[in-house]
Amino acid sequence: MKTLLVAEYRENKLLESIYECYGFTKQFASDIVVFGVGISSDLPQFDRNVKFYFADSSKYGEYNPDFHKSLLIKVIEKEKPEIVIFSHSSFGWDLAPRISALLKAPMLTEVVEYKDGTFVMPLCNNKLRRVAKTSGSQIVITLQGGAGQSEKGSVTPELVDIDADVVSKYNFVGYEEAEKKDVDLTKANIIVSAGRGVGKKENISIVESLANALGGELGSSRPVVDAGWVSHSRQVGTTGQTVSPKLYVACGISGAIQHLAGMKKSEKVIAINTDKDAPIGEVADLLVVADLNQFIPVLIENLKK
Amino acid sequence: MNILVCVKQVADMEAKFKVAPDEKWFLEDDIAFKMNEYDEYAVEEAVKFRESMPDSNLIVLSIGAERVKEAIKKALAMGCDSGVHIKHDKEYMLDSYSKAYAIYEYAKDKNFDIIFTGMQSQDRGSAQVGIILAELLGIPSVSTIVSFKYESGEVEVKRELEGGKKGVVKLKTPALFTCQLGLNTPRYPTLPNIMKAKKKSIEEIEFSYSGNLAETDKIYFPEKKGGAMIIEGDPKELAQKVVAFLKDNGLA
Repeated sequence: MKTLLVAEYRENKLLESIYECYGFTKQFASDIVVFGVGISSDLPQFDRNVKFYFADSSKYGEYNPDFHKSLLIKVIEKEKPEIVIFSHSSFGWDLAPRISALLKAPMLTEVVEYKDGTFVMPLCNNKLRRVAKTSGSQIVITLQGGAGQSEKGSVTPELVDIDADVVSKYNFVGYEEAEKKDVDLTKANIIVSAGRGVGKKENISIVESLANALGGELGSSRPVVDAGWVSHSRQVGTTGQTVSPKLYVACGISGAIQHLAGMKKSEKVIAINTDKDAPIGEVADLLVVADLNQFIPVLIENLKK
Repeated sequence: MNILVCVKQVADMEAKFKVAPDEKWFLEDDIAFKMNEYDEYAVEEAVKFRESMPDSNLIVLSIGAERVKEAIKKALAMGCDSGVHIKHDKEYMLDSYSKAYAIYEYAKDKNFDIIFTGMQSQDRGSAQVGIILAELLGIPSVSTIVSFKYESGEVEVKRELEGGKKGVVKLKTPALFTCQLGLNTPRYPTLPNIMKAKKKSIEEIEFSYSGNLAETDKIYFPEKKGGAMIIEGDPKELAQKVVAFLKDNGLA
């Protein structure tokens, strides 16, 4: 089965997600080709020689849907892959549906697993799983972070230069950097995170006091940041920080796939949740079924003993 | 300005789901439905924009069974001018391409200047319908926006990227935007506006496109990997167990 992997570059830097796509794809594909718009001094390396359809970012710039789409379609027409795989990132989830529409090929979003010959997707905030039957000879996939084992090699791919002559409707003005961080969660040994289950802003201090008692940092899931209760620099997940502390305590966090992607590499995970079926239980070592606002003060008291 | 906002009605994600006997969907009997959270931001942005453009018309569209009218009515109460209901009793059996195509069939001769959708749905999370719709219409689209500014035919938006970074993009209308959480603060419909919304029209259209590219084969609960030890009971005993766990792992 021929599979085309789409590499992502940002600001002339290759993103590591390509190695996860590669590791995942090796489960079912023998023939792998790669596409990317980047810089020739930073190429991916695999465990074998792979054809890399390459366009130079000095000509096409940062991600531009029109340029990337036209270049990628050219490669697909030439190679006729059965599967086209993107990482499920702001780049992948934007470009993949455009390719799906142009090819009129089914698209499977945020695939978490390859099992029994099919691609498995999350449903309803990760509480359920879904598999689908697809028609036609091609499919487009975005892959959730952590779905594949990252696999890197030492063989530099064989470059095949490509170009496209298109006018873009998009004017990429530039990047706006994240607000200055008041904390670097990626370096924290212990993170205690607050989720929607805290209920209201005033209760953040309860979670924070547990973080202090354990000598850790306060983290959070997305809804808490969107509500303005905690600053963005403390957000863990796909659009926040990816962390791997020794201990992660998830307080009132149900375990949406976007959050799990940011914290599942933690060594030990304790979850405090009123719902014992919450998907966070899948990655936790210990799930305490309790109301965090009542339980945490008792826990802190016991920690002091 | 002609403005369209597309919304989906989804199950309350906190619900206790039960897989239906045919394994294609969950049983809807005891489930509460509400407007997809991402779409609330899309509606708010559309209404804000419409309020800044007096000679505009803002239509809210949804696909699904009779119950989705509730989501349409909420959007009307938030400030949309009229609604469109594309009727389909088993919306969950449709794939993203089919839904995008049905909206395209409706929208292709309406000359919408701006279309808003949510970035993804909370149930399927495909993040496809908006972008595919734009591709079918042949207009540009920007996904995952967290900022929207319009000035005389040109839009400047910020896309949310990873790690808090944003990408700033300018483009001309017509265009489609998919909205990320945090783009604005969705308003609550007030009682007078809920009353006013009752007089607003909802056009009904039969869903006619058949051409799923992907169809749900089955849904199921993930196997419990047996990872988490689940403890319940008296808070004091629970706290002692947590402290013991921390000590066993050299964490306290």
